[in-house]
Amino acid sequence: MSARLRSLGRQIWKYRLSYIYVAPFFLLMFVFTFVPFLSALGLSFTYYNAIESPKWVGWLNYRNLFSQDTIFMEHVLPNTFKFALLVGPGGYVLAFLLGWVIAQLPRRSRVWYALAIYMPSLTSGVAMIVIWQVLFTGDRTGYINSWLLRMGWIEQPIQFVTDKLYLLDIMIAVSIWSSMGVGFLAILAGILNVDPQLYEAGRIDGIRSRLQEIWYITLPVMKPQMLFAAIMSIVGTLKAGDIGVQITGQVNDTDPTPGYAGQLFFNHIRDYGFVRYELGYACALSVVLLLLMVLLSRLFWGLLGPKEGDA
Amino acid sequence: MRLPRRWPRWLGRSGSARSLAGRSGDAWRSLRRIDGTQWALMAALLALAAFMMLPIVYLFNQALKPYHELFLFPPTYFAKDPTLLNFTDLLNSTNRSFIPFSRLVFNTVLVTVVTAAGMIATSAFCAYALSKHPFPGNKALFTVVLLSLMFVPETMEIPRYIVVQYLGIMNTYWAHILPVISLPVGVFLLKQFIDQVPGELIEAAKIDGAGETGTFLRIVVPVIMPALATVGILAFQNVWGNLETSKYFMQDEAMKTLTFFLSTLTQNLANSVAMQGVAAAGALIIFLPQLIIFIFFQRKVIATMAHSGIK
Repeated sequence: MSARLRSLGRQIWKYRLSYIYVAPFFLLMFVFTFVPFLSALGLSFTYYNAIESPKWVGWLNYRNLFSQDTIFMEHVLPNTFKFALLVGPGGYVLAFLLGWVIAQLPRRSRVWYALAIYMPSLTSGVAMIVIWQVLFTGDRTGYINSWLLRMGWIEQPIQFVTDKLYLLDIMIAVSIWSSMGVGFLAILAGILNVDPQLYEAGRIDGIRSRLQEIWYITLPVMKPQMLFAAIMSIVGTLKAGDIGVQITGQVNDTDPTPGYAGQLFFNHIRDYGFVRYELGYACALSVVLLLLMVLLSRLFWGLLGPKEGDA
Repeated sequence: MRLPRRWPRWLGRSGSARSLAGRSGDAWRSLRRIDGTQWALMAALLALAAFMMLPIVYLFNQALKPYHELFLFPPTYFAKDPTLLNFTDLLNSTNRSFIPFSRLVFNTVLVTVVTAAGMIATSAFCAYALSKHPFPGNKALFTVVLLSLMFVPETMEIPRYIVVQYLGIMNTYWAHILPVISLPVGVFLLKQFIDQVPGELIEAAKIDGAGETGTFLRIVVPVIMPALATVGILAFQNVWGNLETSKYFMQDEAMKTLTFFLSTLTQNLANSVAMQGVAAAGALIIFLPQLIIFIFFQRKVIATMAHSGIK
């Protein structure tokens, strides 16, 4: 036993330089990501208002989340569900389709198409408030209203951002628009990188249509990139929350959207953390959101991840 | 590589390409080879790309509109009489606040350069050790990297605030830099890329008498330049667009970044029609640097993303 320990110690000593190489990353990761996670986990079992010291309350926060929090149950959860379902898988499938079509184009023009599709993902941030506000203004001076009126498709201007009917849909549209980021680039690169000889071999083996080609050759070969893109998509979708605040033009990004119509999980955390100062409860929300992200990612891992016996 | 006749050339070409754009020499030849399907796809995609570009083109136009064009009814999309007045107005409005513009620029440049350099360096060293050194715990640490892809710091704003406060680095540049330096995506992409570098290359350098760090810097770094450029872009986007550190860790106005200042400005200005041009100018200043850097390095990005798969 001690002999094995000593040999392990020798191994570690032999690779001491390697540990120095990895240390800065993991140290900072530990201090600024894992320690916060652990403290969130700890605080989630307390009542904490940032003034008094935290009081232990056990599972109360979690129990309240699923039984008492009517805003969460009536607005946040359905909103997040609808938003995530359309932006996540929707954006993911769209990224693949767009990537595939771009890969079919002649080389010279690919760059510009890829750039046009990727560009919106660079616009995230509060600054875009100015665009959405003006485009979706609720009277006839708004660009979209003005255009719809001129085309004769509507008779009354639509209150896009204050009407509960439209807010979430607009948020979804804008989010899909700006979702073609790193994941899209990974998918595009994956498609471009499929060995052309595979398609040739597929022809000989009797693949007839383009669709069969995608299903039997392109997708299986680029599974690793699809998994990476899936994780990026899940994480990006679930952490969304600024978008509703931007579109409705709230002054503070902690303010709830009108009638909670565009309230997502992330907004709910900010609402409890920075407005109501119920930090223990906000931490419980953070923990649930993170677990959701990890669980969904693991699910895709099971679908697309490396299997035993894969080359 | 010559492809057999019966094989549609464009499919083969698309598959074999590793970069988006071909060499400039074959521009004319590739134009002549375009077939019917490609024309149809190009047209459809062109329409979609144009549609996706609308808000961005609009942002440019809004920023260049003179004052009186903002009030036109029906609202116009293009600026008829472009002017740079909005940008000078923006500069003047920063002068009216108490913090000199130059201070904000200095903060931003310092934070962006140091943090991005730190992200690249920590990611590169960590990825190299994880890829090429079989030290005890190597596999486990890589699993931690994969897991941290899913641990989004945004969900833990509150505990991160507590940690930063506990470390006593509030209102210092450290709080801008340290919390965001560890970039799991960077380590991941670089590790996948370094996996492709043949071990013989590294062994040969060591036989020639180069030390471990010397080998890495002189042999490996030049080979992985495309991946480093990609991580550099991601790092830049992360730091540049980051509002969290200014918002939560800096109470001192003089310590905040230009991006943060512009975003608060645009947020407050967007509500009055008269200032929309100025707000758009601010948004454009935040958006443009990211776009320019991406255009410069896009070829390297696609080459790197081909290895982004999780295998």
